Amino acid sequence: MVATVATQAPRAKIAVKDLNFYYGKFHALKSINLDIPENKVTAFIGPSGCGKSTLLRTFNRMFELYPEQRAEGTIALDGENLLTSKQDVALIRAKVGMVFQKPTPFPMSIYDNIAFGVKLFENLNASDMDERVEWALRKAALWTEVKDKLNQSGSSLSGGQQQRLCIARGIAIKPEVLLLDEPCSALDPISTAKVEELIAELKNDYTVVIVTHNMQQAARCSDYTAYMYLGDLVEFGATEDLFFKPKRKETEDYITGRFG
Amino acid sequence: MSTGKALLDAKTLAETRQARFAARDRVNKIALALSFAAMAFGVFWLVWILWETLRLGVSGLSLSIFTQMTPAPGDEGGLLNAIAGSLVMVGIATFIGTPIGIMAGIYLAEYNPRGWLSSVVRFVNDILLSAPSIVIGLFVYALVVARFQSYSGLAGALALSLITIPVVIRTTENMLQLVPPGLREAAYALGTPKWKVILAITLRAARAGVVTGVLLAVARIAGETAPLLFTALNNQFWSSDLTSPMASLPVTIFKFAMNIDPNLQKLAWAGVFLITVAVLALNIFARILTRSKN
Repeated sequence: MVATVATQAPRAKIAVKDLNFYYGKFHALKSINLDIPENKVTAFIGPSGCGKSTLLRTFNRMFELYPEQRAEGTIALDGENLLTSKQDVALIRAKVGMVFQKPTPFPMSIYDNIAFGVKLFENLNASDMDERVEWALRKAALWTEVKDKLNQSGSSLSGGQQQRLCIARGIAIKPEVLLLDEPCSALDPISTAKVEELIAELKNDYTVVIVTHNMQQAARCSDYTAYMYLGDLVEFGATEDLFFKPKRKETEDYITGRFG
Repeated sequence: MSTGKALLDAKTLAETRQARFAARDRVNKIALALSFAAMAFGVFWLVWILWETLRLGVSGLSLSIFTQMTPAPGDEGGLLNAIAGSLVMVGIATFIGTPIGIMAGIYLAEYNPRGWLSSVVRFVNDILLSAPSIVIGLFVYALVVARFQSYSGLAGALALSLITIPVVIRTTENMLQLVPPGLREAAYALGTPKWKVILAITLRAARAGVVTGVLLAVARIAGETAPLLFTALNNQFWSSDLTSPMASLPVTIFKFAMNIDPNLQKLAWAGVFLITVAVLALNIFARILTRSKN
């Protein structure tokens, strides 16, 4: 069973070809080639500064906020190169959602936190919007905890709840890809477990890419894992293969804790 | 090179610790006494000023202050036209200065934080912020009063707004910079256009600070005398005409306090009382706003 998953490579949702990335003069990603499989969870692991977050942030062109950062190469989402796309970046980001390391509730009510993104792209009437907000909060396993206080400020929630609120906000606009940048690093173990369960649920509908410092987390919740080091993609494959029979010596050293 | 003290025995170590602690404790007590004295010195004058203002101000207060116009020397009267003039000019100045200040602050913090234009604007703004207010009064005199051959309430309001703008620019920029970058990124990651990120997310997150800045600017111009002296001038009578000279509390206080008529001096103190209470209230309100945010 496991072997068939690995060999029968599913369709690539995002195909990265010869991607180079620069912070000013610093060459942060070196000729990355990688296919992110559709409706799977792909994890990026590696020591701090290896470029895993940098790679993630190219998938929604987040780096463009900073003029000294630039990317060269191809990142094809369903065949269309995101880096040269004529599409407005807002429309790309509607398809590729992102959740950050620190929870970032907007300074508004829980309800409005979810509705804010939806209103950017859709014209829903009040009852449809209510339905969408409930749907997103249920998907993010937060509904039962907040359904009686939707008008309270988003920042009144606990850290773990805030992070699930951010995930709900991301999926409310119905993206196709969800990028998670160390989503659990600011959370306690119980909240982490809830978010990990959520990730397992989400892959039925979304292509999920997660950056994590925690190798157990990568092993627990991903189908594919990429190990990166100093801007190079060292090894990429099915998570079982990478963790149990790594092809490269460097990967083995890292996952067995001899390095990193 | 060892002095043999690198490793002390337990007893000597305990004694040395005790001695070092006692020395630190002494220094601490001296520093504490000095800073307390400095604080007491500052508070002493402040309390004295407030006390005198209240004592003399309250004795001059009466209902007629709010119902009658400023009198000529030797007459009875109130401060109604001065209060109204101050409210009108401060109101117009805030109305002009706030949007300009906030928008310029947004430009500096969100659109061009590191550009040369922003550096120039920041530098000029700092100069404007610390410029003596009489300079601004003279500038408006030359620009407006001399050209239209008339002192006017509008010229006064314009001078006051020139004092408001740099204060609002500075606080708006600072408050927007305090918004965590992660919040901006999260908003952009949803596909939010820039203007909407600024309006709905960053400005909203910083709103308590921005409002505080506006309130402090209002408090500042409410007591300004110099910029009004040769712009709005003064007016002994009621005037709702913005193109003619207009009375204001600070200028009226200035005129009345120098008069030999004790009745006018009393009115001046009542005016001082009103301004002090208003500025105090604005400052307390601003503090409450920032605190409830934290």
